[in-house]
Amino acid sequence: MANFYTDNPSLKLHLTHPMMEKIVELKERGFADADKFDYAPQNFEDAMDSYDKVLEIVGEICGDIIAENAEDVDHNGPRVENGRVVYAEGTKKNLDACRKAGLMGMSMPRRLGGLNFPITPYIMAADIVSRADAGFENLWGLQDCAETIYEFASDEQKEKYIPRVCAGETMSMDLTEPDAGSDLQSVMLKASQKEDGSWVLNGVKRFITNGDSDIHLVLARSEEGSKDGRGLSMFIYDKRNCGVTVRRIENKMGIKGSPTCELVYKDAPCELVGSRRLGLIKYVMALMNGARLGIAAQSVGLSEAAYREALAYAKERTQFGKAIIEFPAVAEILSVMKAKLDASRTLLYACSRAVDIYKIYDDIAKERKLTPEEKAEQKHYSKLADALTPLAKGMTSEFCNQNTYDCIQIHGGSGFMKDYACERLYRDARITSIYEGTTQLQVVAAIRHVTTGTYAAYISEMEKTEVCAEDEQIKNTLILMSQQYSAAVEAVTGIKEPKFVDFMARRLVEMTGHIIMGYLLLADTQRDPEVRRSLRVYVKYGQAEVARHADFIANFRPEQIEDYLY
Amino acid sequence: MSLNIIVLAKQVPDTRNVGKDAMKADGTINRAALPAIFNPEDLNALEQALKLKEMYPGSKVTLLTMGPGRAAEIVREGLYRGADDGIVLSDRAFAGADTLATSYAISAAIRKIGAYDMIIGGRQAIDGDTAQVGPQVAEKLGLPQVTYAEDIISVENGHAIVKRRIESGVETVKAPLPLVVTVNGSAEPCRPRNAKALQKYKYAAAPSEVANDEARKEMIARRPYLSVGEWNAEFVGADLSQCGLAGSPTKVKAIENVVFTAKEAREIPNTDQDLEQLIKELIANHTIG
Repeated sequence: MANFYTDNPSLKLHLTHPMMEKIVELKERGFADADKFDYAPQNFEDAMDSYDKVLEIVGEICGDIIAENAEDVDHNGPRVENGRVVYAEGTKKNLDACRKAGLMGMSMPRRLGGLNFPITPYIMAADIVSRADAGFENLWGLQDCAETIYEFASDEQKEKYIPRVCAGETMSMDLTEPDAGSDLQSVMLKASQKEDGSWVLNGVKRFITNGDSDIHLVLARSEEGSKDGRGLSMFIYDKRNCGVTVRRIENKMGIKGSPTCELVYKDAPCELVGSRRLGLIKYVMALMNGARLGIAAQSVGLSEAAYREALAYAKERTQFGKAIIEFPAVAEILSVMKAKLDASRTLLYACSRAVDIYKIYDDIAKERKLTPEEKAEQKHYSKLADALTPLAKGMTSEFCNQNTYDCIQIHGGSGFMKDYACERLYRDARITSIYEGTTQLQVVAAIRHVTTGTYAAYISEMEKTEVCAEDEQIKNTLILMSQQYSAAVEAVTGIKEPKFVDFMARRLVEMTGHIIMGYLLLADTQRDPEVRRSLRVYVKYGQAEVARHADFIANFRPEQIEDYLY
Repeated sequence: MSLNIIVLAKQVPDTRNVGKDAMKADGTINRAALPAIFNPEDLNALEQALKLKEMYPGSKVTLLTMGPGRAAEIVREGLYRGADDGIVLSDRAFAGADTLATSYAISAAIRKIGAYDMIIGGRQAIDGDTAQVGPQVAEKLGLPQVTYAEDIISVENGHAIVKRRIESGVETVKAPLPLVVTVNGSAEPCRPRNAKALQKYKYAAAPSEVANDEARKEMIARRPYLSVGEWNAEFVGADLSQCGLAGSPTKVKAIENVVFTAKEAREIPNTDQDLEQLIKELIANHTIG
């Protein structure tokens, strides 16, 4: 009888962000669907009410079904039978509930069977699902791939596949191969065109999440003899056509309910998506950005679960005659966990809102010409989303690892046993800072925005936020942190040595992350005083972290880098 | 083959989370302290109906509930999950009804609906816990009944195959349609609300709920599927002397907390002779009477 949406007021705070009015107006094109579909909203309030009520369904399914099944799914997991994946019983029940509740294809347009939700409420559902079972979020969240079909496939393909996703068929993105992990340019899976113009796939993929899905997006080498990313194209493989078998599934440390497959393609019929040669350089990049936002949501959901488990245990466990939460050492861990959780979540939704606006404009641009103001706005948010996505993925996944670690620490010896949920959360969290691009690769994507000033511009924009007198001091601290950050950026970029920038990049990206999250919490506090506690704790924490990095950079002589390189 | 199915559902106070203030001093339920919910076993019943609708396309599921206008919330909950239609049976004359008067009013409404192959309800409601209304409805309509159902397996050639949960195990029975089935809490839980259905029906309302809301009335007039039927005693042709308090032989004398002291159960064979013997015994030891 738990509801993971209604029991968590911070979700509603982000759902009701002032920017939502613009997002909803744009997404609904002035509510043009109102008379075409009986489930379309009439106006902004109606749309918001629908998001709220649908998230209540998500919260109920998560609390009553998905979270209840999580332990069993973790223990039993999926298996392979005759080249096919058989999900754990709990996974089947979870999928059945999500299908019956119509929670597939949430962001797809109504004419293709979707709910036409903006990315923000969809990501909120992912946040809630991840708190219940991070492994299940992978299966459910792969509906995201429909976004890539919607953006780049032909009308015929959209009409063929998207309604199937909305009806509950699952998806996968088949990218990784034994010799192509982070470096996808090395993908070798062969796509060959037959005389009648149709395509077939041959080869092997590895580490494919939900690899036995109904509809696959596959990255394959279509240009014989090519060696780099420009020889790769994107294909749709429909399981109904046969030709792909599951050779094995990995025995993983965490997210065990989500089958990670090795796939063998044998003359598997497939359809080309969009244009040849754009597979990696355009389509996978778009796919990855969506997936990274999904992992950020997964990380936030895990952080939430870890904080709640830790808090409940600390209140209940007594030592030396009192509940352990009454000891300052324990209370500090919990407060910092909560602050990191709230900071992660506010960054996640700042990012999702930016993605919403630029993606909706992209979509509108297919229908009509954008006005110059709209174009400027699209460009602004596209760049912001590009900057915030790797920052959010990197920071939230690292925080979720820290929070699940601290959750075990709060549990003491009991946390090391298999009896409590915290050990599962710890194992599940570990992958978040690895897949869809390691934290190190997020830093590579983010550092451009450090050196070109995207973050600095965003920070000075946020500096204009009006705050109540009570929060003036915090704001001043954030301004000081920004000054330290600028000085550090100057010091690092002043040395015209790419290796040096690469070496210091993580520190600079973390500094900007702390400042941005601090400002976002400051803005949240103006709308909801409940956030103030996390704001204060987070800025205290961030201030020390920024000072630590600033100190490291200031006291580092360029030639000392030699001590670190192999 | 398609079926007309009526699901009987009740809005009840959530007695599963009872606090200190659940009862008033006079021994009646303090409804303000307990949230109103869809009676849990009626949700199990609804799931059976929705499952049959999937098995036999073209089937229609109508939800019937008795209560004040706000009981239309139960109808909306049913619509969100896949029911096609709903009716609130509502009249001051129905107030204070015991199970006899309730089953009378409900059977009158079912006669008014007319076309039905199956009437499915929960075994019992968590406020009264009598498990009497379903069987009484069957008797009043002269229909066969299957109680303690766990799964309505199939419907073929005018008969339903139903699995029952009984004390000593399970029993699978075959019963002719039209049929009343009461469903046990051990049956499949009800499916979740559907996102599209919820957005479609969230403004559905019974007339008395929106009496003072012109905008909503206008919206319902434009979209007839949003109109929840609200039937009174006269409309269903009910004899007022058999309705509500007037039609209820049950009189509550007092309510007290009872702690069960019996350690073991006794099984009474299902014969008239044995039941008569039991009643005599209970009267003799003042358990009843």
